[in-house]
Amino acid sequence: MGSESVDPSGENDEEVVTVRSLSVGYKGRPVWKDANFSVKRGEFVAVIGPNGAGKTTLFRLLLGLQAPSSGIIRVFNSKPHRGNPKIGYVPQRHTIDNDTNIECMELVRLSYSGNKWGFSLSSGTERKAAADALNAVDASDLSHKSLGSLSGGELQRIFLAEALIGNPEMLLLDEPLSNLDVRRAKELVELIGRVTKSRNVTTFLVAHDINPMIRFLDKIVYIANGRVAMGTPGEILTSKRLTSLYGTHVEVLRDSMGHILIHSLYGDEERHEGKNYVVH
Amino acid sequence: MLSTDLLLALPEILRYPFMQHAFETGTIVAIVAGIIGYLVVLRKSSFAAHALSHIGFAGAAGAVLAGVNPIFGLLLFTTTSGAGIAVLGKNASQRDVEIGTVLAFVMGLGVLFISLYTGYATEAYSILFGDILGISSSGVILTLIVSIIILAIAAVVYRPILFASLDGNVAEAKGMRVLWLGLAFMLLLAASISIAVQVVGVLLIFALMVTPAAISMRLTKKPAYAILLSVAIALAATWAGLIISFYQPYPVSFLITTIIFALYIAVRFAYRGRQ
Repeated sequence: MGSESVDPSGENDEEVVTVRSLSVGYKGRPVWKDANFSVKRGEFVAVIGPNGAGKTTLFRLLLGLQAPSSGIIRVFNSKPHRGNPKIGYVPQRHTIDNDTNIECMELVRLSYSGNKWGFSLSSGTERKAAADALNAVDASDLSHKSLGSLSGGELQRIFLAEALIGNPEMLLLDEPLSNLDVRRAKELVELIGRVTKSRNVTTFLVAHDINPMIRFLDKIVYIANGRVAMGTPGEILTSKRLTSLYGTHVEVLRDSMGHILIHSLYGDEERHEGKNYVVH
Repeated sequence: MLSTDLLLALPEILRYPFMQHAFETGTIVAIVAGIIGYLVVLRKSSFAAHALSHIGFAGAAGAVLAGVNPIFGLLLFTTTSGAGIAVLGKNASQRDVEIGTVLAFVMGLGVLFISLYTGYATEAYSILFGDILGISSSGVILTLIVSIIILAIAAVVYRPILFASLDGNVAEAKGMRVLWLGLAFMLLLAASISIAVQVVGVLLIFALMVTPAAISMRLTKKPAYAILLSVAIALAATWAGLIISFYQPYPVSFLITTIIFALYIAVRFAYRGRQ
């Protein structure tokens, strides 16, 4: 584990992601366009927006799995490229097969050595790296459990350990909170927030519900309606900002506990007797 | 003990060249099938294995018609169609209908080839159900060569294929060529099936290529152990089948498939509720 203290040397001002006039599309159909934002080292960023808005597309751009249609994107001061060892990735996935009887430790070890040709008989460094990663996500007790037997929250911790192998400087987590109940979601976000700060990594997390993570977040990327907005939660989650982003009237309501409810009248999502509530 | 009696009978059995060839081929095939079979189970590619072996029937029948060793026809047809399935990519698992349609057509070709090869229904029978007692010494050498190639390639690509099978999206993000690994896997599978057909035939290929690995995956959570165990199960069943067949008038394929089935049932019951 890294040090708990915030780096005083000013290194944290370093921009690790820079996006200028960036547009992206699939087969000529634009997904979103003209995005401008930057993210600094050590920031915890939520990526929010309706289904199909292009949140996963942003990850594919950062991973170098997809090229933008126009504009500039820089990751760690260079063009995104496949297999960047500085990035740990947890893809969106709903379940793992119940009959995958392979222990967690083996998956994490494969994440360390699975991209190497040939075979080696039980390497000590590999085992240590896997044990450290599992320890970092409080999952040492799961090392020898079968992947197929884990609960949703436990599985997400294992995926996080898998992503932490090789000490990446950036984490891309695609919907790790879906399928988790509120309490498990909160626990996982807390863990992710802790890992982000203690290792000084930059974390992007795609989610539907902003509420479990609001107090850990540094920034929000809001993708909707073919547009991308970025800012602090206070800047982005306002009625004015979201109304202009969606192009339709949106209201942001806050309850006494600080929970946020995004409420859009005649929104472009499903209509419900003339009203549409989108809870974020 | 029955098992020690059986082992003591080995020197006696191995005095016969046809039994020697059967043991040699059976041993080589069991090792290859146990190793590649683990990937088949992990990737849920058992339908592809099934399809490849059926497609191999036409290749084998065509080779018989052309007067060459059936294994060449098997290799040609299985590797070509294996490459085709791999190129369909990760959606291949949802392409049962397409694969099944091609499969039926190619099997039909096999029927044509067999009928053109006037008379010998025994050839069709041995392709369909295996003919391990009829393998020549050159057949053993051919099997050995193909197996060495399979194992040499597997030694290099096995771990990346294992990782890509378990976690394809992460593997892709790490810059691994998942499609190429899928192709490598299908070619390894095609070649393994081609040699395994000699032992159990195209219809019973599941017994060697899938079930031993399925049993071992239930018994251990570590891939390395599971692969070893899968080889051990395939070996034990093949050897036991051959030894029993020496004394009893039952077909070897029947004995091997029955032993493996019995093990499968036993393990399923023993491990029920342990998951």
